[in-house]
Amino acid sequence: MPDRISLQVLRYRPEQEAEPTVQEFEVPCHKDWVVLDGLNYIKDRLDGSLTYRWSCRMGICGSCGMTVNGEPKLTCATFLSEYAPGPVQVAPLRNFPIIRDLVIEMGDFMRKLPEVKPWIIRKEEKPLAEGEYLQTPEQLDDYKQFSMCINCMLCYAACPVVGLDSHFLGPAAIALAQRYNLDSRDQGAAERLEVLSQHEGIWGCTFVGECTKVCPKNVDPAGAIQRYKLKATIEWLKSFFMPRGAR
Amino acid sequence: MNQQPNYTEHHPRWYRTRVSTYWWLEKPAYFLFILRELSSVFVAWFVVFLLMLVAAVTGGAESYRQFLAWAARPGVVALNVVSLLFVLLHTITWFNLAPQAMAVRFRGKRVPGIWIAGSNYAAWVIVSGVVLWLIVQ
Ligand code: SF4
Ligand code: FES
Repeated sequence: MPDRISLQVLRYRPEQEAEPTVQEFEVPCHKDWVVLDGLNYIKDRLDGSLTYRWSCRMGICGSCGMTVNGEPKLTCATFLSEYAPGPVQVAPLRNFPIIRDLVIEMGDFMRKLPEVKPWIIRKEEKPLAEGEYLQTPEQLDDYKQFSMCINCMLCYAACPVVGLDSHFLGPAAIALAQRYNLDSRDQGAAERLEVLSQHEGIWGCTFVGECTKVCPKNVDPAGAIQRYKLKATIEWLKSFFMPRGAR
Repeated sequence: MNQQPNYTEHHPRWYRTRVSTYWWLEKPAYFLFILRELSSVFVAWFVVFLLMLVAAVTGGAESYRQFLAWAARPGVVALNVVSLLFVLLHTITWFNLAPQAMAVRFRGKRVPGIWIAGSNYAAWVIVSGVVLWLIVQ
């Protein structure tokens, strides 16, 4: 393995330039170095003005998502050596406005997320004296996968629909809605159905399936959306053929 | 994405990349997706072809013979061969995606995806077998 590798980093300095440019840096390519280590090396030794987000460097906080050689990746979980001999292209996540260098603006997601009410909704809270809401392992299993989401936005970067239709709720928001819909303690599915069954909700999805492929947490947002489509269709049919009381 | 930023000194310009019209050429997976979407046109064509066949059969022996002659023309055969390939692509890609859309439980356990896709394929083989048997009979 070569001991150095070149990183072609997308820079965008709005006070200086109207469009992003590429800047090349040479960094050490240690066996145990991830792309994020390379960026940290640049920031510490070569150019302190390089701007990017990171925090946990262990795939938990979801802040280090970037486009590495065209693919959305968590840079703390992507080894430089995978790309040897290089060069490695590092760019911000696609489908989001760039604030600076590798930092994206994700306010859009932050506004969409609460629309699906991703919290437990109860018609009536159980009195405290009755204790906690118990769940069996099977009930936990129903939604656990969807609760693993770290809001890293890799799925939004991979989804062509997100890029083409800015109103689309997007993979993670719908998967998170499902996380609560499938929770045995939750009673808010009907409230969420309204937002989710709009065109900009599940029906915006054309099942490209890339969100699931890039998700570092195996959330399978594409699966969540298709399952929800099935459910929404059944609900719709029921509303047609069944009297109110039987629903 | 959908809200415009305020341009102020301390809130500089965001850079927005535009999605290219040819985004579906950017990744093999996107291209396959577009082919899968396109395949529905050919599925529709097969339905039309089948309806035309039924119409020809109900129209008597002469119209059936005319239909057969028309269907044997190289252009029509070529179209049908291409359609068959697309329909196969359509079937296979959708069968492989089916497990993602269905979370089936049996005795409290999630049925593995391969079983769901597998049962689709099995049903495909059985139905094709029955149709073949009907034709050969
Ligand atoms: S669903 Fe996966 S890819 Fe999307 S934000 Fe959550 S963890 Fe990231
Ligand atoms: S730095 Fe936290 S997920 Fe990569």
